[in-house]
This record gives sequence, structure tokens and C-alpha cells, in this order.
Amino acid sequence: MKFEKKQANTKQEIPTASMPDIIFMLLFFFMVTTTLRDTTLLVKFVLPKAEAIEKIDKKRFVSYIFVGNDERIQIDDAIVDLQKIEKIMAQRRIDIPQLIVSLRVDRDQKMGIITDIQQKLRNADALRVNYSAKPKEKQL
Amino acid sequence: MALMKKRKRDTPEIPSASMADIAFLLLIFFMVTTTIDVDTGIGLVLPPPVDPSATPPPIKQRNVLKILVNSAGQVLVNDEESSISMIRELVKKHTTNNGADERFAESTEKALLSVKVDRETSYDIFMKVYDEINMGYLDLRRAYASQTYGTPYERLSDAQKKDADEKYRKKISFAEPEQSSK
Repeated sequence: MKFEKKQANTKQEIPTASMPDIIFMLLFFFMVTTTLRDTTLLVKFVLPKAEAIEKIDKKRFVSYIFVGNDERIQIDDAIVDLQKIEKIMAQRRIDIPQLIVSLRVDRDQKMGIITDIQQKLRNADALRVNYSAKPKEKQL
Repeated sequence: MALMKKRKRDTPEIPSASMADIAFLLLIFFMVTTTIDVDTGIGLVLPPPVDPSATPPPIKQRNVLKILVNSAGQVLVNDEESSISMIRELVKKHTTNNGADERFAESTEKALLSVKVDRETSYDIFMKVYDEINMGYLDLRRAYASQTYGTPYERLSDAQKKDADEKYRKKISFAEPEQSSK
């Protein structure tokens, strides 16, 4: 009799029924924010460092041009010829009027190739350019 | 009796205890694979292609700060030898000169920069130069922001930012590339 009385009749368990829901919510958050890299890089490059950098927050307007350490130019998934840039970018400009072209160029490249690309972009009327750069480490 | 038996079979349940574990597993997978990376870089708006027959607008020589960079990273500013790290100060001096020094611009509105880079210059050197120029402007804008609005440039409202940007607008002309001999 004494033992029976001691037992509390309130539930001591945390309700775990909603646990999956909470986890799923988190899961969806991460699934939505995840952007799996959609281009495989065919060229190797090391970006230069800079101080006066801005963030590009409108990622859907951005189109990348990669220039590797072997002077090859990549747009999307393919290596392209310098001469083709104009045509590709002119088409993109029609599709996305607010197009920003992000140049991800290896830091050891010569300016000649960049000027050439820029001339093509000017002819293609894709005038907004962003020189991709990594932030400089803060000096202590 | 027969009824009782039927009822027992009527309640089939999927065990939901492991649901959380499955969800956790997925969650951890996505957390690990997520990279919230932001693209950073320095922006530039290219000028539209120029008509070769058109004559360039007349500009007073003193309003233009000419920056020349050769392939070795040596800098010539207004025909005087200089260095990459000095560009920032020179840009600021040029833009805020307001006619005080004869070698620099007459006013902030008229101040122009002209950058010419050799084709053989490495991209890294160009970025250093361009970064210095941008830092010069950023310094001016920051100073203007704290002076006029009393808040750091980064925390200005969009309209205020626009005003600060407009006050010290980047007027940089990149020299038309010469036709390469190749």
C-alpha cells in the first residue's frame, strides 16, 4: 500500500510526438538554403585578394566566366573559345537584363586576356562586371 | 469473441519512434553539405563600346589623375614614379583637392581617374591597383558618412548611401586597349 501511494500520477515523459516535425522543419530549412554546386570546374584558379570588396546578393543574375591558370576560359560546364564569349553573353543579356558577369580569374594571368574578355563583354552589352576576389585577412 | 478479434487487427501503426532519427540523419547530411558562401568581389561597370570615329570629350588635363602600371608592377602617377600603396592617398588627394594644388583636380565633381595597364601586367597586380583606388573612394565615402550623417558608411540607409556614393562617384576611365600586334 505505501509503495503504491508514492507513485506520482502525472506523466514524466516529454512528448516526443512533435519531435519529427521540428526536425523536419530544420531539415527543410537546410534543404532550401543548400545550393549544390551546379558547375564542375574544369580550370584551376586562385582568386586574388582585395580589401574593398562587396557582396553579390543577387545570385540569380550572376553569370560566371572562369579563367584558369592555363588561360582556358570556362563558361558553365564547357571550355569556350574567346570568340564565343560575345555570342553567349549577348544571349544571356537578353535572358537576364540585370546580368552581372563575375570574372573568376586566376591571379597569375596576364591582363591581356582580361582586356580581351572585357572587350567581348562590351560588344555583347554585358557591362556589369564583378572581379571576384577573396577578402584579405585582417591584419592584426 | 469474433468481434473482439477483428478489432485487434484493426489498428496497424507504423512505428514512429524512429522517425526523428531518420529526420536527424537527413538534417545532418544537409548541414554538412551546406556551404553558405557569398560571392565577393569588386564591381565595375564597363563603358559601352565606343565609336572609333567619335572624338573624345574635352577634359582638362589637370582633372585627370593618370595611373600607369607596367608589367613589373611599377606605377607612374601623373608622370611621377609612385607605388601601388601610394595610389590610395593620391586618389583621395586628387578627389578632395578642390583646386588647391595645381597638379590635382579642380573640384570633386570634375575629378577623373585614368588607369592604363600593360597587357603583360598580371591580374594580381591589377587587382591590387584597382583595390587601392576603390579603398580611396571608400575612405572618402566613409568620412563623408560620419561627417554628414554621424553613422558609419556601412550602416547608412539606402538613400543616404546613394548620396554618399554620388558625392564621391567613381569616375574611372580604363584606357582603350591598343590593338595587340599578334
